[in-house]
Amino acid sequence: MGQTMEHAEEHGHVVPYRTLIVIWLLLLLLTAVLVYVSTAYHAALSVPALLTVTPLKAGLVFFYFMHLKYEKPFFKGLVILVLGALILFIGLTFADLSYR
Amino acid sequence: MSSVPVPVHPIHKDYQGAKLGMWLFLSTEILLFGGLFLLYSAYRARYPLDFHTGGQHLDTFIGIANTVILLTSSLAVAIAVTAMQKGNRRLTMICLGATIVFALMFLVNKYFEWMAEIHRGIYPNGPALLKLPDGEKIFYGLYYCMTGLHGLHVLAGAAALAITLDFVRRHKITRSDFSKLENVGLYWHLVDVVWIFLLPLLYLAA
Amino acid sequence: MTTIAQGEVPAYRGFLAAGDRKGILAWILSTDHKRIGILYLGTMVSLFLAAMIIGVLMRIEQLSVSHPLFQPAVYNAFFTVHGVIMIFMFVLPGASSVFGNFFLPIMIGARDVAFPRVNLLSWYFFIAGALVVLLSLFTGHGPPDTGWTFYVPFSLRTGTNVPMGVFGVFLLGFSSILTGLNFITTVHRLRAPGMTWHRMPLFVWATYATAWVQVLATPVIGVTLLLVIAERLFGVGVFDPTKGGDPLLYQHLFWIYSHPAVYIMILPAMGAITEVIPTFAHRTIFGYRAIAYSSLGIAILGSLVWGHHMFTSGMSDNANLVFSLFTFLVAVPSSIKVFNWTATLYKGAIELNPPMIFALTFIFLFSIGGLTGLIQGALNVNVHLHDTYWIVGHFHYVMFGGTGMGFFAALLYWFPKMFGKMYNQRVAAISWLPIFVGFMMFYGGMLVLGYMGMPRRYYTHLPQFHAGHVFASVGAFVMAAGLVLFFTNLITALFRGEKAAANPWGGVTLEWQTTSPPPLENFEEIPAIADRPYIFNREAAS
Repeated sequence: MGQTMEHAEEHGHVVPYRTLIVIWLLLLLLTAVLVYVSTAYHAALSVPALLTVTPLKAGLVFFYFMHLKYEKPFFKGLVILVLGALILFIGLTFADLSYR
Repeated sequence: MSSVPVPVHPIHKDYQGAKLGMWLFLSTEILLFGGLFLLYSAYRARYPLDFHTGGQHLDTFIGIANTVILLTSSLAVAIAVTAMQKGNRRLTMICLGATIVFALMFLVNKYFEWMAEIHRGIYPNGPALLKLPDGEKIFYGLYYCMTGLHGLHVLAGAAALAITLDFVRRHKITRSDFSKLENVGLYWHLVDVVWIFLLPLLYLAA
Repeated sequence: MTTIAQGEVPAYRGFLAAGDRKGILAWILSTDHKRIGILYLGTMVSLFLAAMIIGVLMRIEQLSVSHPLFQPAVYNAFFTVHGVIMIFMFVLPGASSVFGNFFLPIMIGARDVAFPRVNLLSWYFFIAGALVVLLSLFTGHGPPDTGWTFYVPFSLRTGTNVPMGVFGVFLLGFSSILTGLNFITTVHRLRAPGMTWHRMPLFVWATYATAWVQVLATPVIGVTLLLVIAERLFGVGVFDPTKGGDPLLYQHLFWIYSHPAVYIMILPAMGAITEVIPTFAHRTIFGYRAIAYSSLGIAILGSLVWGHHMFTSGMSDNANLVFSLFTFLVAVPSSIKVFNWTATLYKGAIELNPPMIFALTFIFLFSIGGLTGLIQGALNVNVHLHDTYWIVGHFHYVMFGGTGMGFFAALLYWFPKMFGKMYNQRVAAISWLPIFVGFMMFYGGMLVLGYMGMPRRYYTHLPQFHAGHVFASVGAFVMAAGLVLFFTNLITALFRGEKAAANPWGGVTLEWQTTSPPPLENFEEIPAIADRPYIFNREAAS
């Protein structure tokens, strides 16, 4: 670590066009699934769908569009830390809300 | 202690450092919207039926259309980054331009969507809103706050993209120094991620 | 006391004379982290003194119960503005924005922070926020009267200038976020060769932990304050109970930031103390890793206790229990530090220079503050103590006795390095006495008053509290006089102080290996680090 120039990292990993387009198509497909399940079915299916499909979509954007898959573990750790903090804040707040 | 001689004015660009800085900034954005998500969770748990009603009322078509627009804009800016890494400056500029166009389309849609609700009297302190049950008042309050804050970020992102496009045009972003482009791209993707969550929470809240 | 070797010190102004701009532009356009640190120092101390004057006015009001000097509404504005300035413009930026900016790069052997221009932008946000808050005093229907906590629904109803005051705080939050972001990146990317994580000075560890809290917690209050503005300006209604809102959700969101905020306040001050104590005990720090990791522990655990501000608000019993438990737990890493400092002093060759005097005071006063915090963390006791002067006493012990004294210790320690001038050490030591005695009378008196039942944020009081108020007010005036002497001494030294040596105290961290003041780029050559810090058994340069 320090001020040494890390040449290999300087240009970053290049995500191929093909990968980007495939991910985009996946995102559109998942959106369609989400909409279909939400409008055609009762809340019983739509809430689980929301809870699985939406994070999956977000994950695809993080991992491929935002290069997170190719970054050092520190960046993955950072995202987990931030989302974890948010979940903790919401969770602890519900320690209050659920019991009043 | 021994010393290592270095030039007095080292001009160095720290690609990883700039990326770290942008990811830290994105962390703050996640927590900024996170506060609104906390409120949404709390109020949804409290007013489940009213949130369902409100979600049904909102224009799902525009919500889906805007989702497709943003997802495609993310593709465009991601292609722009890859293109720059491969030295294809022209493709970079086209894609950046496309991203900006998508951003503006999103904002125009948002404008019409809001205008429609406002015409129906459903806006903060609006006549129709005040007659609604409490849970729906809260739902629409959150709707305006969340889409409003998000819209401001779309606008800011569009401006940043335009500046970036100009940097590419003037060769201030190059194949060997494209950190600014990548970081603006990261910002834009986060704007997309927020919307990925807003769509089901607001429009598909069945 | 250490004497300064006069004849050996060259006349040298280092970064203070560098650069091609002249006058004020050389300062407000500079991206040099050292100048930015001094900009923060000057503006923060000025704001501190202004808020101190408001505090003195509040104490005068409490002396004049039979013929109140100020209307109740004015008193409400007093405690609001006093709190907003002290918290958001002095204690929060605190040791981090001043000494973190000045010394973090030097201590890790870097030439500047990772993003120097963002650093300057952070100060601009600070100034903008401060100006907007001050503007709220003179516009609209006058300064906010809600208390610095801006609780809904009153903050939604009151006619005073809440939106502007709250927006100012929002801008100040931005300043904090940018500073934190900068420091994290700096520590990760700009350490000198050989400066491993476990060779960094503990002040750097503390500032680093603080930076994480700044980045992760501040956005939450950012969005909350924006929502208050939206409610006031547009009637959005996310907290308004008449529109189905839950005021407790405001409190949750507010304290999710504002509790970790107190760790933003205390951690850098603790870090500074951890630098001062080894230097003046001439002993290496006891338990380096314990102190380093307890900083992180405090940051993490401290993010889980916010509900202890809400025990009497109507929260569920389950939440009360959880938050009370976590509150007890967070005392553990804090006390680890106190044990480590004490162990460092044990069998040390202690010199009672002014920085050390204030550092020892810090330990004493912070311990009282921490212990009173434990007491009010107990649910049953909290019912009696909440919203009384006990709470006010408690937080002044930790924020002022803690962060404030730590800030003063840091200032006395690093002043010669920053400005190349030495202040009158005797006067500095003398000023300690009224500060300390006045402090104990004032805030110790508040603890007693609160225990007896005196409510906070009241412009007047019942006769049974009058003697306590007089005692506390006298203490306040004595303390204020001491503070005036303290700052007068330092400000005089800026212009007429004797030249300071490169290492007047015999410190062994990197900042003492460069000149006083440091050159523009901090080091002629970036040092290579071969050793842990705080090694005192070899001769340090003087």
